[in-house]
Amino acid sequence: MEKLILRKVPNASEEMLLNFGPQHPSTHGVINFLVDTDGEVMKKAIPDVGYLHRSIEKIAEQVGYAGFMPYTDRVDYVAAMFANEGWAIAVEKLLKIEVPPRAQYLRAIAGELCRIASHLVSTGTMATDIGATTPLVHALREREALNDLIEALCGARLTYNYHRIGGVAFDLPEGWSDRVLRYLDHFETLLVEWDRLISYNHIYVKRLANVAVIPREMAVDYGLVGPNLRGSGMDWDVRRDVPYGAYPDFKFDVPVGRGFKGVSGDAFDRYYVRVLEMRESAKIVRQALEKIPDGEITAKVPRKIKPEPGEVLSRVESARGEMAYYVVSDGTEKPWRVRIRTGSYLAMGIIEDVSRGLMVADLVALIASLDVVAPEIDR
Amino acid sequence: MTTNEIHERLRAKFGEDVGPLSEPKVDPFCVVKAERIAEVARFLKDTPELQLDFCEDVAGVDQPKKNVIEVVYHLFSYQHRHGIVLKVEADRANPVVPTVETVWKAANWMEREVYDLLGVVFPGHSDLRRVLLPDDWQGHPLRKDWTEQGGYHGISNERENPLVELRRLDEKARAEAAALAPKPPPAPAAAPVPAPAPENKA
Amino acid sequence: MNTPASVSPTPYAPKYTPKWLVGLTLAAAIGIPGAILGAILLLTPIVQPATLDAITREWLGQDPATWYWRPWLGAGMLALVAFVLVNFGAIFSGMCVWYERRVAGRMQSRIGPNRQGLGGFLVWIADAVKMLLKEDLVPADADALVFRSAPYFVLLGFALTLVVTPFGQSLIVADLNVGIMYITSITALVVVGVLLSGWASNSKWALFGGMRSAAQVISYEIPAGIAIFVPVLMAGTLSMQGIAAAQGGLPWEWFIFRNPAAFIAFFILFTAQLAESNRTPFDLPEAESELVAGYLSEFSGFRFALLMLAEYGNIWVLSVIGSILFLGGWQIPFVGNEVYANLRGTGVLPSAAWFGLQAVSMAVLVVKAAFLSNVIVWLRWTLPRIRVDQMMALSWKYLVPAAFGCFVVTLLWEIAAVEAPAISTITGYVLTAGALLLLVLFVRQIFRNIAAVQGDKLDLSNW
Repeated sequence: MEKLILRKVPNASEEMLLNFGPQHPSTHGVINFLVDTDGEVMKKAIPDVGYLHRSIEKIAEQVGYAGFMPYTDRVDYVAAMFANEGWAIAVEKLLKIEVPPRAQYLRAIAGELCRIASHLVSTGTMATDIGATTPLVHALREREALNDLIEALCGARLTYNYHRIGGVAFDLPEGWSDRVLRYLDHFETLLVEWDRLISYNHIYVKRLANVAVIPREMAVDYGLVGPNLRGSGMDWDVRRDVPYGAYPDFKFDVPVGRGFKGVSGDAFDRYYVRVLEMRESAKIVRQALEKIPDGEITAKVPRKIKPEPGEVLSRVESARGEMAYYVVSDGTEKPWRVRIRTGSYLAMGIIEDVSRGLMVADLVALIASLDVVAPEIDR
Repeated sequence: MTTNEIHERLRAKFGEDVGPLSEPKVDPFCVVKAERIAEVARFLKDTPELQLDFCEDVAGVDQPKKNVIEVVYHLFSYQHRHGIVLKVEADRANPVVPTVETVWKAANWMEREVYDLLGVVFPGHSDLRRVLLPDDWQGHPLRKDWTEQGGYHGISNERENPLVELRRLDEKARAEAAALAPKPPPAPAAAPVPAPAPENKA
Repeated sequence: MNTPASVSPTPYAPKYTPKWLVGLTLAAAIGIPGAILGAILLLTPIVQPATLDAITREWLGQDPATWYWRPWLGAGMLALVAFVLVNFGAIFSGMCVWYERRVAGRMQSRIGPNRQGLGGFLVWIADAVKMLLKEDLVPADADALVFRSAPYFVLLGFALTLVVTPFGQSLIVADLNVGIMYITSITALVVVGVLLSGWASNSKWALFGGMRSAAQVISYEIPAGIAIFVPVLMAGTLSMQGIAAAQGGLPWEWFIFRNPAAFIAFFILFTAQLAESNRTPFDLPEAESELVAGYLSEFSGFRFALLMLAEYGNIWVLSVIGSILFLGGWQIPFVGNEVYANLRGTGVLPSAAWFGLQAVSMAVLVVKAAFLSNVIVWLRWTLPRIRVDQMMALSWKYLVPAAFGCFVVTLLWEIAAVEAPAISTITGYVLTAGALLLLVLFVRQIFRNIAAVQGDKLDLSNW
């Protein structure tokens, strides 16, 4: 196989081969892009990943079912609750145990708060990549409040390790519900300011609208998931359409990009879908805190987790899209194979084809709007 | 449609090339012959009642006991909300599976990863290169019989157990401190000749 | 960053700067530039050839036309003034950096540097010293001569304009009668410097930045130049002091309000000058998130300090040009032009009252220029950056025709104003009233926005 890094461009006096990364402020994580440019317009941009590959899937075969939970945090550390949840659901399906309803609600609350935190980072860093540095700091300030809340819940600010096979680890602390509700009151008014600061900013719209359009058929064909898919006009959300956990009990809208400021499927749609999703997540948390039932927070799980031989695919709607865990068990304490299929990995596959004819500045907008994080790609 | 019904349709079209649905071990799957996988994929995607347009996952599983590498396809349909799991068994010594990239572009990068980590070659793939590992890596790590190569371009992957190393450093430090310290007072047994004095006096 | 108090159970009580330290900071912030401005105030009238001739004649008893040392005296004084001016540029840069960091902090709901040195004020001196102490690095394959000399072009492009920018009514080193044209042409040296920096760095990213910057600056010279002609037409002279003298001290006597085309031309000029100095929203050449400092990436140490000095110093030059051309410059309200001449007296050196009046005019100009600099700093932390092709489209498709339009309207307006001067005065009153109304609405909207977010408040108690 040819060595990609030492590739020369065919027409060296006209085109330039640039390395965008791996250390670069706007590739979200350690990713390298090899960009063939002709002046400012790109011929194509080839992603070169693998700088963060930690062979987590192979490690799972060594550490066992219960021990793998902290590793799932590191698969996507910006929205770690969903990674935990996916693994827990997969193993629970293999063990055929039923999670008590209070645990389902706690999972939903923790997950939706995590989704808000992840989208804050995503929209904030997107604003920074476009050039406005201030919204990131505002977003991180709000995320700090969320980190404090989640820290009160499970003890950690980034890699939570909150879920367990069969339920969750900790119950709600005293007075936590009130703190969350007060925060949400503040947060929902902040989203109005957020829109005023960037979403309706003329320069921001001009940078993102009609840029890097991914039509719906292309998004489905390339396997995009989550806000990327919804931004292209496909009305699909695992929480609503293939429901799991406590989500059937909640009423929430699923924002779909129908061309808010430009064409459906452009970068602005993908961005704005995330902003709207934050609002919906706040709604879900309110409903969940109201209706949470009493009860146990974990089910009875055997001391040694030894599921029967079989395989399962579990899906969760993570902040970055549908995260699927494919677990093959052979009857022993350690899984035979664990495969984590994440949304960012598939988003990498589409970059090369969408980036033809874009400008370098638009490549930055494309990567930011796809919300890729390097740990999800490389695992 | 349920998985059973999809399986019936597949059987009806492809006959024996599609294996029986496994007895439901949580998720049922059926084994498809390697040569037919591309046509099966095209059929599953294009038939209006099936319309499995979302290639959710293409995973590779190494099964040394059965001497195969399985390539598992999870397919799903947004329109009809049904799905099916297909498996292709490739001979472990020389795993070759036709590519389904022409059917779903999503399979492009996923097949690259299966190639990278397990060594399955997908003829017909537009760009089969290593994706997660460096381009000049030797071996396919996710295989069960893979052993560590002992280093990559001079970077060793073996390291002494830190506890052992710390204990060794500790003992070295203690030995050095002992060498520099003032000599301890001589033990009484080695003391020179106070014993004859009482005899003299006596 | 403070978590909203609604969330933490026990609100964290940070240690704020005590009031006396805040006072000391402000005193330093006013005192240090005040000192250098005072030096400029005293030196610039002395360095004029007529004054030097009078000094030679009266105090030194020599005939200025034939005295051998007279040119050396002139040269020596000019060197001294140049030194003071460059120091002023450096001090303004440093102060602007401090101010920017504080303002950026506040806009991002944090505080900014407030610990080290006089309540955070000496951070810029520390930065400058740090930059001087860094390793002098020239990349291996870079063109060494060009690399070493490129920052000096940029610095020249900034420093040479200081000679022609006024600081007060008579506080200008050389009141050229083509003043504003000289400034426009000298700032074009910056293009040369930026291109050379980008090329000589031997790095594709730097080259990208250099090319972008060259295209940008050259494109925006045109609307800037045409917009500059509007006050030139209204004043009838290219000289900076002449344009300022043609205005008055009260807001409705400023050029910006006397002519609707001048109002628009001010904004065109402001935008074009933002682009020429590579400030956000036009900072593509040094776009941090794309090119990681673009044409500046390979420079470190003293060369980087020079480039930064030129960039922040340019803010001063732009603000002064904007104030002089459109905002009435150093004109003090209710003080006409003849008052200065009357106060001067006939001695060798002007009288102390004259110096006092000059100081007031300097203060007026500095306040106006500081306000414009403030706006430039605000814009950096609010707006995203626009893309290269959008920037070019903005310049060529929108600003150039608009500038031409303003120019033509001003031509016709001035012809009409010769017949009926009343139209200018009435427009002055109307537009000033309109501007005041806008200001009031702006401030009201700010308070409304703050109130709309629950848990948000304007809190200046923490410095």
